[in-house]
Amino acid sequence: MTLKIRIIPCLDVKDGRVVKGVKFLDLVDAGDPVEAAKAYDAAGADELCFLDITASQENRGTLLDVVTRTAEACFMPLTVGGGVRKVEDIRALLLAGADKVAINTAAVTNRQFVKEAAEKFGDQCVVVAIDAKQVSPGRWEIFTHGGRNATGIEAVAFAREVVSLGAGELLVTSMDRDGTKVGYDLGLTRAIADAVSVPVIASGGVGDLDDLVAGVAQGHASAVLAASIFHFGTYTIGQAKAHMAEAGLRMRLD
Amino acid sequence: MSQNVAIIDYGSGNLHSAAKAFERAAAEAGIPSTIHVTSDTEIVRAADRIVLPGVGAFADCRRGLDAVPGMVETLEEVVRGKGRPFLGICVGMQLLASRGLEYTVTQGLGWIPGDVTLIKPTDDALKIPHMGWNTLHKQDEHPLLDGIETGPQGLHAYFVHSYALAAARPQDVLALTDHGGPVTAMVAHGNVAGTQFHPEKSQKLGLKLITNFLSWAP
Repeated sequence: MTLKIRIIPCLDVKDGRVVKGVKFLDLVDAGDPVEAAKAYDAAGADELCFLDITASQENRGTLLDVVTRTAEACFMPLTVGGGVRKVEDIRALLLAGADKVAINTAAVTNRQFVKEAAEKFGDQCVVVAIDAKQVSPGRWEIFTHGGRNATGIEAVAFAREVVSLGAGELLVTSMDRDGTKVGYDLGLTRAIADAVSVPVIASGGVGDLDDLVAGVAQGHASAVLAASIFHFGTYTIGQAKAHMAEAGLRMRLD
Repeated sequence: MSQNVAIIDYGSGNLHSAAKAFERAAAEAGIPSTIHVTSDTEIVRAADRIVLPGVGAFADCRRGLDAVPGMVETLEEVVRGKGRPFLGICVGMQLLASRGLEYTVTQGLGWIPGDVTLIKPTDDALKIPHMGWNTLHKQDEHPLLDGIETGPQGLHAYFVHSYALAAARPQDVLALTDHGGPVTAMVAHGNVAGTQFHPEKSQKLGLKLITNFLSWAP
């Protein structure tokens, strides 16, 4: 009886449709998020993640509708992020049916928001999404706005700080690797996972199933997130789980 | 005849998903049930089965429950007095304890004597919250676990919590899980039961457990 490693397919959602940006630039339409969520539920995904990249606030309603319809159809945990800046944003997502909410830029610009969110809704539903790039050997810094804006903030110290403020989980994305299919930035993942007491989700750069294994075995992540390898049918969730189990990782196979 | 199931709404997060899970389990098992998400004590009083969900911190949940006029008294009356089948989920289960020790000491309902305390894994590498899928170790036979395979090769339940109920009476613990030591996963005493995990998020195991609850005759 031990906690299993989680596989989390991530759907980038824009104006209510699934997209996957390569390095967050070239967007390819890949379908209806609710249908995709149902398929992943049936395939045995351990959680689902929606990241909303809708630019305009006017279209935020479409995301809430997607979350509501997903929560009605899928009996599995759902994390939603993107554009979460106010307590009201979190409340709206949780009421629509999200189990956890990922805070990204707002955690960088206003750390107290993390504390406020954790105190209001509980640590367990506050995920801080950390987008980082390597700036020198062994040093990673936080970038915002899809990797365009440098902040100069050191990623590991930032991770420790948001956990002390109440983040219950960290979603760590390498902006160097995202969309490259060459594997997670294992140094980044491990540096943060070893520095904090909460679970870390590895993200950004998965190209094959060995990358998922490495995220846990070498990156010390508690969960692995991937998008394109699943969305475009390169691998199924079942294949990923079987491969990870063969590598000696504890997986949920039921 | 359709039975009435009340899922108590006291401002603790989204209950739509839980309601849908109960509706689906009822439909698939052919158990005619009307699911009410409600803060109305009259609906709770008339319900055949009662579900108390809960997410967030213990003290907040207790405050929320107390803020619904007459709800705690109604629960005492119909669950403790009249013996209606009751299921607490996550913090809804923790509220059954005597006290919660998260941030501050808060009185629970005291139906399952014990304290809700921080999980302290023996292995420092283990993360808190205990977040994700884990198996159950059954301590006793129980109708709620009928048809659910337990043990290391059994089905998985979805947990997300940092605190757990340490029951004073070992016989109240129906199932344990493990996170660097035993962690209470299910409690049951008479018509009162609770799950630390989220059956409404636990796919196969969850739907089966909800189905069992819908036909449970304690």
